[in-house]
Amino acid sequence: MTSEGRAPASSQLKGGKRRPDLFLALTWVAAVASVLTLLWILESIVMPAWPSIQQNGLNFFTSTVWDVNRNRYGALPFLIGTAVSSLIALCLALPLGVFIALFLSENFLPLAVRQVIRFVVELLAAIPSVVYGLWGIAVVIPIVQQYGGYLADYLGFVPLFSGPSVGNSMLTASLVLAIMVLPTITAISRATLVAVPPTLREGSYAVGATRWETIFRVLVPTAAPGIVAATILAFGRAMGETMAVAMLIGNSPRLSWSLLSPAGTLAGLLANQFGEAQGLQISALMYAALALVLLTLIVNMVGEAVLRHAEKTTAGIR
Amino acid sequence: MKTSKFSFLLLAVLAALLLQRPALAATQLQGAGATFPAPLYQRWIAEYTKANPDVQINYQAIGSGAGIKQFTQDLVSFGASDAAMTDQEIAAVKKGVVLVPATAGSIVLAYNLPGVETLKLSRDAYVGIFLGKIKKWNDPAITKTNEGVKLPNMSITVCERSDGSGTNFVFTKHLSSISPEFKDQVGEGTSVTWPTGVAGKGNDGVTALIKQNRGAIGYVEYGYAQHNKLPFAQLQDKAGEFVTATTATGAATLATTQFPPNLLRAWPSDPDGKDCYPIATFTWLLIYKKYDNAPIGEAVKKFVTWGLTDGQKFSEDLGYIPLPKQIVDKDMEALKAGE
Repeated sequence: MTSEGRAPASSQLKGGKRRPDLFLALTWVAAVASVLTLLWILESIVMPAWPSIQQNGLNFFTSTVWDVNRNRYGALPFLIGTAVSSLIALCLALPLGVFIALFLSENFLPLAVRQVIRFVVELLAAIPSVVYGLWGIAVVIPIVQQYGGYLADYLGFVPLFSGPSVGNSMLTASLVLAIMVLPTITAISRATLVAVPPTLREGSYAVGATRWETIFRVLVPTAAPGIVAATILAFGRAMGETMAVAMLIGNSPRLSWSLLSPAGTLAGLLANQFGEAQGLQISALMYAALALVLLTLIVNMVGEAVLRHAEKTTAGIR
Repeated sequence: MKTSKFSFLLLAVLAALLLQRPALAATQLQGAGATFPAPLYQRWIAEYTKANPDVQINYQAIGSGAGIKQFTQDLVSFGASDAAMTDQEIAAVKKGVVLVPATAGSIVLAYNLPGVETLKLSRDAYVGIFLGKIKKWNDPAITKTNEGVKLPNMSITVCERSDGSGTNFVFTKHLSSISPEFKDQVGEGTSVTWPTGVAGKGNDGVTALIKQNRGAIGYVEYGYAQHNKLPFAQLQDKAGEFVTATTATGAATLATTQFPPNLLRAWPSDPDGKDCYPIATFTWLLIYKKYDNAPIGEAVKKFVTWGLTDGQKFSEDLGYIPLPKQIVDKDMEALKAGE
């Protein structure tokens, strides 16, 4: 990359005085600084976490008991809570978000109206998460309580819906998370859909495809890498979300199959316990923070792999 | 019009800056710690500095644990903690520590059962509820002590604190002292792992949970239940009588406290006397025995003395228990001893 980037610059300067390329230096500094910051953050998590890493080892990821009183720390319920709440949120938000993006990128409505809708959807991203939490308490919890109650009454034999239906539950948190990540998915998907070269659409129409055939066979596959990238970002946001989730999920350290039961997430655990933590508990919480970083890293890596695959398979179209 | 408004604003800002000037020379006290007594301390500060403009006091409610940390690291002029300080923590403070019980509160079991105005809970009943063994409101253990009250066949939703807190500490200490089973299964501490229920952050979080869920019961500070008009249960004392939480029954409990010599640290976790509400606790101000900066030490002591005497009259309004006289006397002795 460097040799290619430098070539025109040096040819321009040919004959003139050779100076160090300031712009290049600046970009180098910026790039290295971001990597160093990440390492710095990692170091300041790992160092205080070390006593707990030594004591709990890999048991930390498999044990289901988080008992501060007895200094036993197992983060499995929180790991699962984080993964499950984010996955449910994504399953709800991804189809919805992509459909909104499609609607906004096609000319079903006049441009002005679409711009307004787009603006409103993207405005969802500007709402602070504590406001989502309050809204969840005021609106979503009563709904989940009522309809969750029916679910528990009639489908209670299915472990996923076993009662009692408490308002603060995995389901409530996931629903609110879904709305929170919706703008991320919509905005990025729309941008990539709009960026699909119009020649592709014209070509598709020219060979006799209908609008919907064009959308699903040409536009969406072409925009797939962007949609995948949007999904990764949304997943990351959902996993790291703290305030709204801590307000809605019920913060329980117990594992439960039921979506109507309270659960807990890593971010919520940190927010709840860090203030008053002492001794090994601080280490264990740092270890939990490290686990959250690792989880995000895994998601990013899987996302990257999917992205590459998507780019390869759609390379023919582009 | 616009310019005159602007210049007026400018003038106001300048005036404010100028007026600040002498205040900058005043003694500044920094305090940090427990959240539970924070409303009362803020009130004390407001009233005290009104009468003594030469002192500026700033109290940050960052939690008992963090308060102890800052106090130990010498970052504040005084600390505050709901769980006092352990011997180990006291040993870590080079300048020495004076523990001053500054105010007190009761913890009540607030519930949400439409139509049920009075509820009496026996010791077996409330321990059973918080252990997750009693799951329905019409369980015989509850109905036995509530004749004439129609208790529904409804699931009990136990509401608890998700964050580490002094409230947790005091409540689990009480439950552990009345039930060996609870002590064995859950134990006492600032964060415990409950076998059942949903958890919210802070007293306000638990209050919200109780309000939202029909059939809920949870432990909150008396002031929160009172302020939010939540009904709370009468609890059985050691002698088997049912006692309602009021300032009087709370103060009666505090009066029974026996302190170890030279250290004002004790929890009346299961009081003996009559009409003593069983779950009441002090909250402490942490003061250094020796201050490097004498005027600061002097100012802290003056403020705390004021809080212990004149300041107590604000307690009841805000849902705290005014300290009984014998406790205030002990505090004063402790304050004098530290030099």
